[in-house]
Amino acid sequence: MLSLFKKPRFRGGVHAEEHKTATAALPIASDFPLPKKLYIPLQQHVGKPAEPVIMVGEKVLKGQLLAYSQGLISAPVHAPSSGIIVDVNDYPAPHPSALPIRTIVLETDGKDEWMAISVVDDPFQLNPEEISFRVGAAGIVGLGGATFPTAVKLNMGRENHVDTLIINGSECEPYLCCDDRLMQERAGEIIDGVRLMLHGMETEQAVVAIEDNKPQAYVAMLAAAEPYAQIKVIQIPTRYPMGWDRQLIRYVTGKEVPVGCRSSEVGVTIHNVGTAYAVHKAIRLGQPLLGRVVTVAGGAVKRPMNVEVPFGTLISELFEFCEVDKEQTARIIMGGPMMGDSLPHTGLPTVKATSGILALTKSELKNTEEQPCIRCAGCVSVCPAGLRPLDMANNIRINQLDAAVDLGLKDCISCGCCSYICPSNIPLVQFFKYASGEVIARQQAQHKSEQTKRLIDARNARMERIAQQQREDELARIAAKAERERLKAEQEALV
Amino acid sequence: MIVQLKPSSGAHVGANNSVSHIMWQVMLALSPATAFGLLCFGWPALNLFVITVLSAVAFEALCMRLKGRVAKPVIMDGSAVLTGWLLAMTLPPWAPWWIGVVGSGLAIILGKQVYGGLGQNLFNPAMLARVALLISFPIEMTTWANVSPLFFSHSPGLAESWHITFSGLDNIDANTGATTLGFIKTEFSQNRLLTDILKDTSGFLSFIGGTRGSLGETSTLLLGLGGIWLIRQNIIQWQIPVSLLLTVALLAGVFHTMDSEHYVSPLLHLNSGALMCVAFFIATDYVTSPNTSTGQLVFGAGCGLLIFVIRTWGAYPEGAGFAVLLMNSATPLIDHYIRPRIYGRDRKGKPLEIPKS
Repeated sequence: MLSLFKKPRFRGGVHAEEHKTATAALPIASDFPLPKKLYIPLQQHVGKPAEPVIMVGEKVLKGQLLAYSQGLISAPVHAPSSGIIVDVNDYPAPHPSALPIRTIVLETDGKDEWMAISVVDDPFQLNPEEISFRVGAAGIVGLGGATFPTAVKLNMGRENHVDTLIINGSECEPYLCCDDRLMQERAGEIIDGVRLMLHGMETEQAVVAIEDNKPQAYVAMLAAAEPYAQIKVIQIPTRYPMGWDRQLIRYVTGKEVPVGCRSSEVGVTIHNVGTAYAVHKAIRLGQPLLGRVVTVAGGAVKRPMNVEVPFGTLISELFEFCEVDKEQTARIIMGGPMMGDSLPHTGLPTVKATSGILALTKSELKNTEEQPCIRCAGCVSVCPAGLRPLDMANNIRINQLDAAVDLGLKDCISCGCCSYICPSNIPLVQFFKYASGEVIARQQAQHKSEQTKRLIDARNARMERIAQQQREDELARIAAKAERERLKAEQEALV
Repeated sequence: MIVQLKPSSGAHVGANNSVSHIMWQVMLALSPATAFGLLCFGWPALNLFVITVLSAVAFEALCMRLKGRVAKPVIMDGSAVLTGWLLAMTLPPWAPWWIGVVGSGLAIILGKQVYGGLGQNLFNPAMLARVALLISFPIEMTTWANVSPLFFSHSPGLAESWHITFSGLDNIDANTGATTLGFIKTEFSQNRLLTDILKDTSGFLSFIGGTRGSLGETSTLLLGLGGIWLIRQNIIQWQIPVSLLLTVALLAGVFHTMDSEHYVSPLLHLNSGALMCVAFFIATDYVTSPNTSTGQLVFGAGCGLLIFVIRTWGAYPEGAGFAVLLMNSATPLIDHYIRPRIYGRDRKGKPLEIPKS
């Protein structure tokens, strides 16, 4: 009875059709042929883009550093295979706009020749700082999709004396199951990565949270974690967006992260299972992050699968391998169908954030025929952030962006639950993304005009001061002249 | 290479629902009670029902024409049919044809389209029309036909029903009477006591629906079942019906316990008038009710309170229509003050404090 009065551990959310069965039973494919050319963007993470250290025409080995991280929040990029650098230039980014970003093009030589690797015997003898340094040097970022540099997060965890590390194995997006397969096949490595992260953050305990639609992954992880008392593996209900970090933190620990704070400030850090696996490879094997498991699925895919690909592989090659039917493909999505971005074409590379590439048919897509809002409040009841999407959208529609901000626009996480549930097919997330961008643009424009006004005022003041100075100088000059003439007259009088 | 240039943001997939799907589900839930009402009141009721629904659709089409829009897709969303249907359910079953037409006109034009159409109206269109009709045409709106089921020998036949609908009822006293609530109200004014007034009233009959009353409002059982099915289908939420019915029952219970000769029992309240229809189908109207669960609880309780007050102390025997309209006008206020708490913020919208450990 008392539990009724406790804060709810999960609010809102939807249960979307999972579509995971086609791929969840297949082992991760590792026979993907090495592409002839890899297009490696220099920005595959949150923060500043990496800065190239190689020259065009240079021969590189697999794992060799291509670009170093710049600034506090950034991540380096390494060569996913051996070959020759043929270009460093602007190429389309895997983004809805496909605008060009700086990209290294690597022509592979097919030898896949590793650079010299040095491995420590017992990483638990290393300093915690050394662990995060190595993680950072390996170019590891959050592989759940947020791509925040992992080393920075480890450091924040250590500095804030975090008491719990949560490993996010929820994988709540429909279609995606790369984490599921990773947990089933490489549980031991993931758990080792978790132990290394615990050591790197000087944290006592870890909780691996797995949605209960992945029983095999749960069993595998439970078995792998058994020898380690500090690692707990739990099952959590299947409900989107369980994998939203703040949602998972509340579900697992009961703590709510205040707006504007990082989770480490309430004593929790959260990492994805894929990230833990990458940490294992970086520390134990000395291998930087060179590729990842990508789910290729959707109605237009004839051979849906989870496949391990090097970064920089073009989506078109991936689609060829998975036999995607071009005629049937109505939309290409990077990520899951709830939060993923639609891509304009397939000539774009896979990057660290690419958890899945979907080729959906028209019948799988949401109907886009928009009808008037009937205030059914479905969006209010599914919003995990506690917003009122219908009121926000109404305000944005009439260009009242300030009112939308007052209603909590900035607390929107773009999870897509409202758009998913809306019976009138109103593209609510589109409204919020537009408004967020527009608010920033307006703030910048206002800042710019204020700045300009300040400069003009300063210039006017300066000119005024100069004119004043000149007037004073003139007066002084006249006074001096008069004085001189007076003295001269006096002298003449004396003479 | 696949090229698909129009970008779109998530969610790319959607739940399998639509506005018309919701409307048809509500109509499906209404159909047992409606069918039962039509059965009880025979051909004249069917005439009125068809006229009301058709004229609602016609007025919707007319408004679309005036707006310069194509009418068909708007009519296919089912909202005009549902409005006409709900209005017909609240009308006296043998009311003349023009009551249905005028009511539909009020509901669609004044109740909905002048505000800007579906989703924009402040008041529930069916209740607005019903109340306007009651005030404007008190005699027609309070002439309650006796239960005269289809195909019974003393019930009006097809030809006679046309006469009733289009030329009016000739033998009013023989074919009509008072509703239970109306009867109680008039008898109270004669200083009679409840046990005396209700000695001929069957509680079971009013539960099933075989009593005088509005076309589709008499059967507590079927309306309740339809409403519960809607809740199970996740079309409506439980908050409004439960808080509304509980408020009426609690208030009635308290007063009935204090003075059982002057205050009607909770059971009779629940079994009579428009209460069930309003609780499950009218007050739960998405457009005119609050959009948070707490707000819906407040809204339902407010409706229940007003219904009880008007029924007990007001001039009208039934107050459901007035109660819903009054609470409709409070909906924007409720939505303004009762908001969900945003994650990571307190109720006032300030960021939470970091807990000290």
